[in-house]
Amino acid sequence: MNLTNQEKNRYSRHILLGKIGLEGQEKLKAAKVLVIGVGGLGCPVLQYLTAAGVGELGIIDYDIIDETNLQRQILFTVNDIGKNKAEVAKNRLKQLNPHINFNVYPEKLTTRNALNLFSEYDIIVDGTDNFSTRYLVNDACVITNKPLIYGAIYKFEGQVTVFNYKGGPTYRCLFPEPPKAGSVPNCSEIGVLGVLPGLIGTQQANEVIKLILGIGKLLSGKLLTYDSLNNSFLTLTINRSEEQVQKVLDEKSNFKDFDYDFFCGIISTFDVNEISLDELRKMFNSSDNFQLVDVRQEWEQPRVEKDNVLIAPLNELESYVTKIATDKKVIVVCQHGIRSIAAIEQLEKEYNFNNLINLQGGIENW
Amino acid sequence: MTLKLKYFGMTAEASGKDEELLDNNYSSVKELKADLLAKYPNLLEINFKVAVNQEIVNDDYKLSGNEEIALLPPFAGG
Repeated sequence: MNLTNQEKNRYSRHILLGKIGLEGQEKLKAAKVLVIGVGGLGCPVLQYLTAAGVGELGIIDYDIIDETNLQRQILFTVNDIGKNKAEVAKNRLKQLNPHINFNVYPEKLTTRNALNLFSEYDIIVDGTDNFSTRYLVNDACVITNKPLIYGAIYKFEGQVTVFNYKGGPTYRCLFPEPPKAGSVPNCSEIGVLGVLPGLIGTQQANEVIKLILGIGKLLSGKLLTYDSLNNSFLTLTINRSEEQVQKVLDEKSNFKDFDYDFFCGIISTFDVNEISLDELRKMFNSSDNFQLVDVRQEWEQPRVEKDNVLIAPLNELESYVTKIATDKKVIVVCQHGIRSIAAIEQLEKEYNFNNLINLQGGIENW
Repeated sequence: MTLKLKYFGMTAEASGKDEELLDNNYSSVKELKADLLAKYPNLLEINFKVAVNQEIVNDDYKLSGNEEIALLPPFAGG
């Protein structure tokens, strides 16, 4: 795709580089990249791809700007609070580079729109903030055969890699199963260092540009981890699992009806009866006949010192099955209420228990 | 024979440490994991992957000597 004289001047510092040149800059202009999520990662990705002269950029985000976003989402200002992220990003980026074609999608990415949308782009960038969208994005990339530039952050640490590139590994080759619902908190629950997504998003933008230009080594089959507190980078090799990739392809025709929230346990996959800590205290004070099964290790604190307590650590649960009551209520507890759900699931599915109740939130504040 | 363990993200919080040296009494990653899960039960709540000498491996991977181990949890933040 030919560059105008104005564009040649604008991108002169790229064109001067032997590995890019006029030809490389024309490749950038011809490229179409879709950025999913305009959050901490999406902002720097879009900023650098716009400045670099990637010809067509798709921006999808249904979310609106909130004051707490401004600590790290650097495309937005106080005047943008309450407005759609994708729309505001486009207006801002247009000022940075009027030569770029922007396609804005102020909507949620779903199984209904993903395949059509992805097929219109060359490269997909994942800047989402939850597991169900990450699995959806991965599977849609596998089905439409698009490379996926992945970035993810947690507190002070980040991960970057390129998935599904020329027979390389995919997200499911690294993490075949989503984590248990609620076990990985998100930025709004635990916080995140503001500069971290800037560093990780910039690495993602760099991979996009290298992929378009065909220069250097991509992070395909390599997961780059970064720890901002210790300034340490570590690159880990990831291998492709044909089985995982094939599973996605086999389910291709069901993709549109697949429920990723359900898959990731956001909508409860497993219906469990629960009680609160207060209700448990009341049960101990009344004459209720029940058993309490503690699936933590023996040394975990605080302990519940009562007669009707059975200690059955989750990793040895099988050897305690015969001691778990079947003729009365059984309250299953752990530190945070997550391991206990896993225990209930195992006991109900493998041993047909139907009298188990989970202690919501765990015994930590006993 | 010593294993050098490095904990990332939530695995560091579950174990209460970033790094640790362990005598290598394990024949496989599976045995190492079982021991770590017993020692740091909060790890049971995390579906982490294990890397041996900078390569992500499965549980049946055989451990042989002085290896560098990394515990890698999934991150979702963006």
